[in-house]
Formats: sequence, structure tokens, C-alpha cells
Amino acid sequence: MKRLLACVFVVAAMLGNSAAYAVQPDEIMADPVKETRARDLSRELRCMVCQNQSIDDSDAPLARDLRLLVRERIGAGDSDSQVIDFLVARYGEFVLLKPRFTPHTLLLWLLPPLALTGGGLALWIFSRRRSKSSGAHDPSLLRLSEEEEARLERLIAAESASEKKA
Amino acid sequence: MIAEAGHYALVLALALALIQSTVPIAGARWGDHALMNVARSTALAQLLFVAASFTALVMLHVVSDFSVVNVFENSHSMKPLLYKITGVWGNHEGSMLLWVAILALFGGLVAAFGNNLPLSLRAHVLAVQAWIASAFYLFILVTSNPFLRIASPPIEGRDLNPVLQDIGLAVHPPMLYLGYVGFSISFSFAVAALLEGRIDAAWARWVRPWTLVAWIFLTLGIAMGSYWAYYELGWGGWWFWDPVENASLMPWLAGTALLHSAVVMEKRNALKVWTILLSILTFSLSLLGTFLVRSGVLTSVHAFATDPARGVFILLILCLFIGGSLSLYAWRASTLKQGGLFAPISREGALVLNNLFLTSACATVFIGTLYPLALEVLTGDKISVGAPFFNLTFGPLFVPLMAAMPFAPLLAWKRGDLLGAAQRLTAAGIAALIAIAVLWAWTWGGSTFAPLAIGLAVFVISGALSDLAERTALFRAPLATAMARARGLPRSTWGTAFAHAGVGMALIGIVCETTWNSEYIGSMKPDDVAKVAGYQLKLDGVTQRQGPNFREMIAEFTVSLDGETLRVMTPSKRNFTTRGSSTTEAALLTRGASQLYVSLGETNAEGAIAVRIYHKPLVLLIWWGPVLMAFGGLLSLSDRRLRVGAPKPAKAARALQPAE
Repeated sequence: MKRLLACVFVVAAMLGNSAAYAVQPDEIMADPVKETRARDLSRELRCMVCQNQSIDDSDAPLARDLRLLVRERIGAGDSDSQVIDFLVARYGEFVLLKPRFTPHTLLLWLLPPLALTGGGLALWIFSRRRSKSSGAHDPSLLRLSEEEEARLERLIAAESASEKKA
Repeated sequence: MIAEAGHYALVLALALALIQSTVPIAGARWGDHALMNVARSTALAQLLFVAASFTALVMLHVVSDFSVVNVFENSHSMKPLLYKITGVWGNHEGSMLLWVAILALFGGLVAAFGNNLPLSLRAHVLAVQAWIASAFYLFILVTSNPFLRIASPPIEGRDLNPVLQDIGLAVHPPMLYLGYVGFSISFSFAVAALLEGRIDAAWARWVRPWTLVAWIFLTLGIAMGSYWAYYELGWGGWWFWDPVENASLMPWLAGTALLHSAVVMEKRNALKVWTILLSILTFSLSLLGTFLVRSGVLTSVHAFATDPARGVFILLILCLFIGGSLSLYAWRASTLKQGGLFAPISREGALVLNNLFLTSACATVFIGTLYPLALEVLTGDKISVGAPFFNLTFGPLFVPLMAAMPFAPLLAWKRGDLLGAAQRLTAAGIAALIAIAVLWAWTWGGSTFAPLAIGLAVFVISGALSDLAERTALFRAPLATAMARARGLPRSTWGTAFAHAGVGMALIGIVCETTWNSEYIGSMKPDDVAKVAGYQLKLDGVTQRQGPNFREMIAEFTVSLDGETLRVMTPSKRNFTTRGSSTTEAALLTRGASQLYVSLGETNAEGAIAVRIYHKPLVLLIWWGPVLMAFGGLLSLSDRRLRVGAPKPAKAARALQPAE
């Protein structure tokens, strides 16, 4: 009987979080849609006492408090951005694992695309300059002069003649 | 006595390094063979003395000599022998000693096996190697001496951080250091080339095997560290974009780029100046990694040490070597002759594209890692840069890189035929499309992104296979001919195919793990049953056990699938009394490449224990991929042309010819 009850309990718990996973059983929100939102938000928020770990991963008590806070705000009807704003107002930008695009993070966000486009541009200019200076595109250099043609003919003829002999 | 001997050996190694860093250079200047040959003997002697010093520290740890500070702080007499040995590099001082020991090992290897190098090049390479060594010997002796004694020795040690008491520590740091420090050789070769003002295709042929060795070890080291974090930290994560992980990823990205540009240089004598720069950058990033980890500038899960004196010293070394080598580069690079023209669509062009994306990815990791530090120093603002940032910026850079990857080996040198390559990749493209279609149908309504990513991975893997099929004329010629051609194929071609397939394999693992991971987190009492991904886990009971230096709580789970009992899993939680901290030992059940992962949390007041159970589909591919990459590297390393080595200049033979 006890075992049966336990099974029922576990199944009930499983149904409760079938769509979403929670870090601690007692933190799960009843509404699976809200719980999914809470989980997604948790992955973007930093547990401030543990380095570069999201509150979703962390075992620290602070992370648990933050997870509960996120769920509380969601329960109160806040939108995702309102929850984020609330946490930033309380704990500062430090809490965001993905920094906002502001003047002081300009370089951070722009450097990766700049590195790629800048590198690509540099390569393009470089290859153009080199191909120009080397004259690879000058068709007159690629064509053989009459004298060279004749010499080539002679060489090929001599080669095939020696092959026949062998 | 052992401690003093170890200390003295290290001082002697420093003296030898100082000789090695000056005398051979002077010899090369004056053209004196005897002076240039000094480098060889000093490099070997240095290796001997550093090895002696390292052995001394290992012995101190093994016999638990608590009169030595380092042993007292990081060891315990009850600790198992394996962890007494691995604990040597589980702390700042010991790990720096391991660092220089590996540096000396590489220097010794160049000295021992560099007989076919031109004498002046070898002298220069070993001298540069000795500059690095001298700086780090000084660092150890001045700020981080592992042989310091305590006036009144305590009876018992403070024990090693329990997280580190794992087989992972035996393998991960040495592997990683072999990778980090291995890149010092290509750095030394690059600086030597700049000093000599001479560089040719033979240079690339000498550098490539060393770069490959370092790359293989770094690949395995990173993969090993990731797997260690996965099973030891207890929440099943395998990559956290933690600054310390980034510190090892940056040299890997730059080193991978270097590996590819060195191929171009060796085969086509092009990209010389760029290859030199990459050699410098790769080792600079290794040094940066050492700085980030060892200075304690980042307080992260890995950082053991916090001591500003050390930080400033390493920062000085960092500035000296990076600044010095880059200035030398700016000054001398123009003297190196350019060579080897190629069209944009060619094997060279594809490898340049590879370099562009890899270095951009490296720059992304660099800025993401250092920006928060720089911002805090400059303005005092604290921001975090974590996984969401890197996923958003790093991911898009890898997609085009991987899409282009199968094309490169199919393009000809100098001027390639993109259409022809695309035609030969038709089968791979079809395989990818089928994979996408099947996955879409199967996971209808789920992630739209994951099937596409797996399609890309399938394209990379089947692209690597079709390259092999193309070269061996499989399906076109009789099987016997194909077999004969397969045997005749250069090993480096096989290496390329394996390494590229490894990248695809890792991607499949990453996508499957992040998308279709199932999880159960709940409190369980004995006889409770948890269901995850079709598996049933029944908690049989909880037992206590006394380990050598910890107490352990073991839970027993019977795992069954469709009513059939598979195995008993025993995750545990260890309490280390000396440090008052605990670790979770996750239990893993491997089925094919998928794993069931169980770890324990806290026990609550009612005696129920928090349990996390994950089912991670194809998770092992994440690590099999890098193993395959490393295997590809190993195959490439055994290639005939690298075994035989660079051809010797034929000057001697010519001199014997009679004058006309």
C-alpha cells in the first residue's frame, strides 16, 4: 500500500513537471507554461556568488532564492522583460549572463561581427592587390609567344618519339 | 633533504636555461658550431634537472612530508596513493613545476630529435625555448616555491580539495599542459625564423609535427576536462563557458588555425607571414591562459590561487613575451619573402577561410572572457558574459565553417573547381537532407533548429567519407583496386577525414544532449520509483560507508527498461571531514552513446533524498568526437613525410661534384 502511494505520488509529481523540469521539486510552478518560462529565464541569469554559472545550474542558496523570485514575479503576472528589469534593478547588470546592448558593451557585441567582416575585407583587398601586382590577370603573360609554341611542339615531338622507341 | 635537493635542482635548471638562452645565439652570430651546439647539451641537462626537481616534489607528497608547506596544504596522510601523486599538480606551485617540466621535456625532445635541423635554426629555437623557461623558473623560485619548509611541522595535512580527488586530475592537467606548452615549440620556431630572417617550406615541415602533438594533447585535455566536469560536478553540464575553460579553448582555436595554415605553407610555400603570426598568437594565448588561471584574476571554480604578487609577475612575463614577439614580428615580418599565388577558390583559399572563421571565433571567446575584466578595471562596472552570449556569437561562426569543411579537401591546390567539388558532395548533401527530413518527421512540433544542426553534422561526416571514397575510387573501381588505393593513400589524408568526421560527431552529441535531454528532479524515499525517458529507477535503499579520508552516503537504484532489470546504479555523496566539504559522485549507465545520469542532493528532514536523474541521448558523442579528432591528428603525425622529416639541403652532395 505504501509502495502504491509512493508510485502515485511520483506519477503525480511527474505529471506536474512533464513539460518542464525544475531544479528543486518544491519550486515547480503549477502552470507548465509559466514553469518553462521560468526555466528559460533562469538560464540567462547569473548566480552571483558562483562564477559564470546560471541560477538554473547552481546549487547555491542564493540561486534558489533567485529562482523563487523569478517564479514569484512570473506568478504575479510579469512579462519576461519585466522580470529581467526587476532583477537588474535589484542586483545590477551583473546578474545578466547575456549583457544588454548598451554603450559600455558596444565593443563586446560588435567585435565578433567586426572581426569576421574586417578579416574578410582585409583578405579580399590583400588578394586583389596581390593578383594585380603579380599580373596573373594579364592575359598577355599567359599566352605563349610563337617562338615558345614552336619550342614546345619540338619538345613534345621529341618526347613521343623517344617513347615510341622504347 | 629531498626538498632542498629539489629546490637546488631547480636553481641549477635556471642557470642552465640562462646559458642556453644566450650562448647559442652568440654562436649563431659568430658562426661558431661549438657554441651553437651548447644548446643541445643544456636543453638535455635542463630536462634532467627539472625532472629531478619534479620527482623530488612527488616523493615529498608520497611520503607525506608535512614539514613542506606545499605538502601540508594539499595533502593528507590518509589520502590514497594515486591522489597523493596527482595532488602534486592539484595546486598552484606544483602545477607550475609541472608546466616547466613539460617545457623542459619539449626542449629536450627538440634537442634530441632535431638532428636534421639546420644548426643555427636549432640553436635559435632552443635559445628562445630557454628564454621562456628562464622566465618561468624565476617565477617559481621567486613567488611560488613548492619546496618551502615550515619551522614546526604539523602532524597532519589539510587535504586536497575533494573535487580534485579524482582520476580526472591525474589526466586532465598534464594533457592540457602538454598542449599549452607544446605550442611553445612552434612559437620558438617562429621567433627563430624572425631572428634569422629566413623561412621556407621546410620550416613548416619541421613545425607541423610539433604543432600536431600539442594540438592532439590539447584536444584530448579539453575533452577530458569537459567529461570530468560532467560527471564530477553533479549537474550534468559539460561546458560552462567558464573563463578557465575559455582560456584553454582560445589556444585550441588558434592552434587549429595554425595547423591548417601550416599545411598551406608546407605544400604551397604561401601564407608564411600569417603562419608565423599564428604561431606567436597561439602560444601567447597559452600564456594568457596560464596568467588567467594562475594569477587568480578570475575567481572561478578552477582558480586555486589568489596572490597579487604572482599575478603581477606572470603579467610581466606575458607582456614581455607577447609584446616582444609581436614587436619582433612587426619589425622583421616584411623581410620574409612571400610566395605561392592562388585563386580564391582553391584548397589554399578554403584553408584561409577556415583560418578566418577560427580566428574570429577565437577573438569572440577572447573578448567575451576579457571584456568583463577590462570593464571592471576601467570603469568599475561589473557585467557578466556567460553561455547565452557565447551561444549567440560563437555558434554562428561555426556554422559556415562546418558547412565549408567538406569542400576544402576536394578542392585542388592553386585553382579549384567549386562546382566539381559540389558534385562530388552530392551523396553527402542527400544524406544530410534525409537526416533532416527524418528528424523533422520524428520530432514533429519540437525544435526546428536541432534537425538542421544534425543535418549539418551529417553533411560534415559524410563529406569526410565521400572524400575518402573519391580518393580510393570506391564504387567506381573494383573493390581490390579501391583497397589498394586506400593503402596507398597518405596517412595525413586519413587523418583529415577522421578529424573532420570527429567535428561532425561532436556536433551531433552537443545538439542531441541540449535538445532532447530529459530530466527528473525530485525527493525520493526508499522504494520510490522515478521514470525518465522510458527507464524506471527504483530507490532500493541508502547506506553509509567509511572511505579512506571521507564518509560516503550511497544510494542504490535498480534500473529497468520495459520491465527488464538492467543494472544497479550507486550514486553517492562524499563528505570530506578535513576540509568539511562534500562532493557528489554521479552514477552513470551507458547504453550505446547515451547515458543515464543519477546524482544525489541533500537529504531533507523526513529522510527523503533529493535526486536528479537525467537521460542524455548520444551524449558520449561529445567526447568521442574529440577523441576521433585526436586520432586523426595521430594518423597525420605518422604520415611518411613527417616521419622521414624535412629533406636535407643537397649542398654537401653538390660540393663533391668535380668542377667543370
